[in-house]
Amino acid sequence: MTQETLLIGLAGVLASAAPIVFAVLGETISERAGVINLSMNGTILLSAMGGFAVAYNTNSLWLGFLAGALIGALVALIVAFASVTLQQSQVAVGFVLALTCRDLSYFLGNPYMGLTGPRLTATPIPFLSDLPIVGVLFFRQDAITYLSFISIALVWLWIYRTRPGLVLQGMGEKPAAVYIRGGNVNALRYVYTIVGGALIGLAGPAFSLAIRAGWMGTISGLDGVGWIALAITIFGGWNPARAAFGAYLFAFLQWLGLVLQSTFTEIPSQVLQVAPFPLMILTLLFVNIGNTEWVERMLALLPEPTRKFFAKLLRAMRASPPAALGAPFERD
Amino acid sequence: MLKARLKNLAFQLAALILAFGAVSIILISAGASPWEAYKNMFLGSFGSVRKFAEVLVAFVPLLLVTAGLLVTFSAGLWNIGVEGQVVMGAIVTTWVYRLFLESGWNPALIIVLAILGGMVGGAIWAALTGLLKTFGGVNEIFGGLGMNFVATAWTIYLIFGPWKRPGVASMSGTEPFPDEFSLPLLANLRLSPWALALGLIAIVIIYFLLQGTYFGLRLKAVGKNFRAAYLLGIPTWRYSLYSFLICGALAGAAGAVQVAAVYHRLLPSISSGYGYLGLMVAMLINYQAIWAVPVALLFAALNIGSIQLPIVMKLDSSLSGVLQGALVLFVLLMEGARQKLIKRAS
Repeated sequence: MTQETLLIGLAGVLASAAPIVFAVLGETISERAGVINLSMNGTILLSAMGGFAVAYNTNSLWLGFLAGALIGALVALIVAFASVTLQQSQVAVGFVLALTCRDLSYFLGNPYMGLTGPRLTATPIPFLSDLPIVGVLFFRQDAITYLSFISIALVWLWIYRTRPGLVLQGMGEKPAAVYIRGGNVNALRYVYTIVGGALIGLAGPAFSLAIRAGWMGTISGLDGVGWIALAITIFGGWNPARAAFGAYLFAFLQWLGLVLQSTFTEIPSQVLQVAPFPLMILTLLFVNIGNTEWVERMLALLPEPTRKFFAKLLRAMRASPPAALGAPFERD
Repeated sequence: MLKARLKNLAFQLAALILAFGAVSIILISAGASPWEAYKNMFLGSFGSVRKFAEVLVAFVPLLLVTAGLLVTFSAGLWNIGVEGQVVMGAIVTTWVYRLFLESGWNPALIIVLAILGGMVGGAIWAALTGLLKTFGGVNEIFGGLGMNFVATAWTIYLIFGPWKRPGVASMSGTEPFPDEFSLPLLANLRLSPWALALGLIAIVIIYFLLQGTYFGLRLKAVGKNFRAAYLLGIPTWRYSLYSFLICGALAGAAGAVQVAAVYHRLLPSISSGYGYLGLMVAMLINYQAIWAVPVALLFAALNIGSIQLPIVMKLDSSLSGVLQGALVLFVLLMEGARQKLIKRAS
């Protein structure tokens, strides 16, 4: 493999990770506010179909992306209403929506199967795209990939460098404290769930209008992406930068699978495509195992220098969910 | 008391009307007549003996999965990995068949071994998710989802790799077994009365396990309040694992029935999504075993009835999933509204 093809391959990894980046950022925001949006897998499919249908009928890519974001926001609104206002189980509502939106996308998308519609093309940025290496990697992408880069920075800055971001952090950990300081916890949860949902909704058109242009129904290969994004959110430890890194790592592994397939032809392609899943379980195990009781007990038994080393290692990998995740908030 | 009952009923009825209303609007917006669609789905599932037999074919694995999920839900666990447990049951059943096909043993014995193997396979797969949860701190939802993908990948690997058909491997699955290794079927149908009996016995056992035994009581205590149960001296993690094992075994039995009675081979989509559908049934019946049979039958009928839609009306058969989802969603929402009203009144 020459340097040129390697660079183009890696640039492709950055582009193909864009939808997953949107999805994990959206989910991170939502969960930071205390609401798990488990509908992600269905939302992405429905917004992929809806975004394509709108773009196809209006011949406007931007309306397509807008439609995707609106669909995501709407599904998130249902999740927020059921969990915040009606105080029902977030997992139950999210799971039902995940299945229902998936089937709805297949049902309503039937007439759009296999049609050729508008497709986003690359917009190289003048001057920057001519830079060696970084030019190919970052500055010859399409608009939605640029937006994915910018979103990572914006979400990170919002959570860690602004005042409302500080409140957002508090909402996932101790909503009562936010309430005492005059914050309207439930209204804010609505806002963040809907904004997060809109970001998740962008993932759909990022597939159907850019990466795998068109709508292919059950064989579009999008079923499952949302579940992966959910796992990556946890891998990311509710930190947008780390979650985005997880998305890129996943896209890289999938690309590696494709590259390896041409070398190891005896392994069926379907197997290499799911190779990231066992890895995902293992990473979840590493991220979580530091939180369990028996590991702490084992650590206490170790001699001092080794204990320190392992404790540090586990702490570096560990990610604890926001303490109030999934719990409804009541004033009294 | 009677008034509260009536109020409950009114809310459930409202949920039903809202669900059908929403789906009707979706149908109209797709340019189809809702009445025609519902009629075709009804005729497609109850229109003839053959069609109703197909409904029962779908009903058996759905009932087995639901029965298992009632146990994990009682223990407060969201066993989303049930889908992979069905797949694993099918894989191990196929494996046992392949081991003994040429052995010359009595086919009846081989069938029993294959189904038991499937149950063990499903139980082991569930136990892995349970161990990840209790000793690895991995939430059962995420661990289970990952295990689902691994199980599906494994099926595809086996079908295209070591178990491929002589000649060319394809999505149509492995080489079918000879007829004498099938669970006995009714004449000209894919329905096995043995499988049906297995499903019904399973739900009855689970009903009594949860309602009438000390084990069921402790299990529910763990599900209601994990910490309190632990403090009362119930070995909580062991009860969590037991519930995973029971659910996995029943899901494995569903996979085994798919192989031993319905398809007689391993297919890439051997579970037909019955694992996820079972979760929907369990939610709709509010985790009460007594309602499992009628609701699982309804969902099976919707699945089979929708097969008619592409043929007769050129509509996608995923409408059944939309209708099932709308039913569960509106029942959840109306239940929330009811609780909210009660709280406000008191």
